[in-house]
Amino acid sequence: MIRIANGQGFWGDWLEAPVRLVEQGPIDYLTLDYLAEVTMSILQKQRQADPNLGYARDFPPLIARIASQIRKKHVRVIANAGGVNPLSCAHEVLRLAPGLKIAVVLGDDVFDRIDEFLTKGYEMRDLDTCQPLATIRGRILAANAYVGAFPIAEALDTGADVVITGRCADPSLALGPMIHRFAWGREDWDKLAAGTIAGHVIECGTQSTGGNCQVDWPNLPDPANIGYPIVEMHADGTFVVTKHPGTGGRVHSNIVKEQLLYELGDPENYMNPDCIADFTSIAVADIGPDHVKISGARGRPRPATIKLSIAYANGWKAIATLVYSWPQAIEKARSADAIVRRRVADLGLCFDEIYSEFFGVNAVLGPAAPRVEDPPEVQLRVGVRGQDRKAVDRFTREMIPLVLSGPPGGTGYGEGRPKVREVVSYWGALVPQDEIRTRVEVVE
Amino acid sequence: MKAPLSRIAHTRSGDKGDTSNIGVIAWRMEDYPVLVREVTAERVKAHFGSLVKGRVERFELPNLGALNFLLYEALDGGGTVSLRTDAQGKNMGSALLSMEIAIDEPVVY
Repeated sequence: MIRIANGQGFWGDWLEAPVRLVEQGPIDYLTLDYLAEVTMSILQKQRQADPNLGYARDFPPLIARIASQIRKKHVRVIANAGGVNPLSCAHEVLRLAPGLKIAVVLGDDVFDRIDEFLTKGYEMRDLDTCQPLATIRGRILAANAYVGAFPIAEALDTGADVVITGRCADPSLALGPMIHRFAWGREDWDKLAAGTIAGHVIECGTQSTGGNCQVDWPNLPDPANIGYPIVEMHADGTFVVTKHPGTGGRVHSNIVKEQLLYELGDPENYMNPDCIADFTSIAVADIGPDHVKISGARGRPRPATIKLSIAYANGWKAIATLVYSWPQAIEKARSADAIVRRRVADLGLCFDEIYSEFFGVNAVLGPAAPRVEDPPEVQLRVGVRGQDRKAVDRFTREMIPLVLSGPPGGTGYGEGRPKVREVVSYWGALVPQDEIRTRVEVVE
Repeated sequence: MKAPLSRIAHTRSGDKGDTSNIGVIAWRMEDYPVLVREVTAERVKAHFGSLVKGRVERFELPNLGALNFLLYEALDGGGTVSLRTDAQGKNMGSALLSMEIAIDEPVVY
């Protein structure tokens, strides 16, 4: 049996979590997931500004902080912290934590291969809109393949203390060490599916131990010290989800079920580079306090294609807000919204979208929001998005004048004019798997 | 009798681009058939009204006593494009809890 813990569900997750996972109990592998859908484009820009950057900058100092512990306890770390510059990330880790052996998985970055793919006739149509990639070719900021777990297993085979990847499928971080330790084969579909499902359960950190969870949330034990999830995986693909004893949070079948369904598509066809996992095949059972067993996972052969994550520039946006209070807060906010929209129209500003929300009334729940008659306060939140930066910038000057000229009491503008922000859009597409050739490089 | 969905189920929602996913899980496995009968794709689509521009697709997970819904064109473009406060649909699951369904018997927890 091996213990795999996840100490980072996204870049921005709790900095103490990985440290505590290493200190507070036994684990064999520590995975850290840093990359969201559009993170790569931010990192690509950082690398363009400085060729030594383009990776998750929180990661090297973290490794420096836990280096002596992971050496002593033989914990091996697997992280997709490499972003678009995994080798620079590895060198920075070595600079801060000398003596570690680091293996880097390369080959996911296909930013320079897009034209080659197009020439070969791959249209790389967006999985949502079905538009061909050629329509946004000139605006691409980053392009990476979601690589599988076998290159990670290969990296662990080198004996490295730390494995750094760029983009990989999220469950790969956990599946890699299982393949490495249990010598699972490339066609062990059921076991690969079990590992994929286990990776899915822990990839969002505490979402499987009671975080962001409706299950009796007011009584979640010691939430400030919530334990991050650990998978105890057996060679046959059966596994137990748990957390370190003495930590906060809770591991229960209903909580784990919420996470199993999180960001799930067709449950019978969970697509991963290494297999297709069937979430309808598993049995979930509470076998003790904070111990949930998952068994019976079935898998099918890997898809012929591999998914690319492409980020592209898609115009500009800005969001302006004002707060109004009782009485008639809703009416005041609606009146201010009408004035702003009229002024924008009179100025001839064109946007792809203008979107108004009445925060405190129905901004988040929409038509499902419970009715409120005359709420104590309402925030008007008007957003615009468009391709013309100047028009968006002009819009940012239209809300604040209403403090003096609009309905009575407009406030909450303390931060001044809103910022114009670049919109980076996500484009998911497929290419044949054999186009993506990974390799492992050891840095020490 | 009529009751809100929250009486027999809990939910979690997430996003993939402009698609919102909502997992609906029966508190007790024996209530799963009620979910299957009452929480149809059509009724979920109607519950969200103008918030969801595209279609709603339902998948069944009898092994978990759960349903999974995909709500297309539900997040105003999603991710960094969306102008909504809840651009990633984190509360779409909560929003569904108020849906009124017919339950077989009063359940007290």
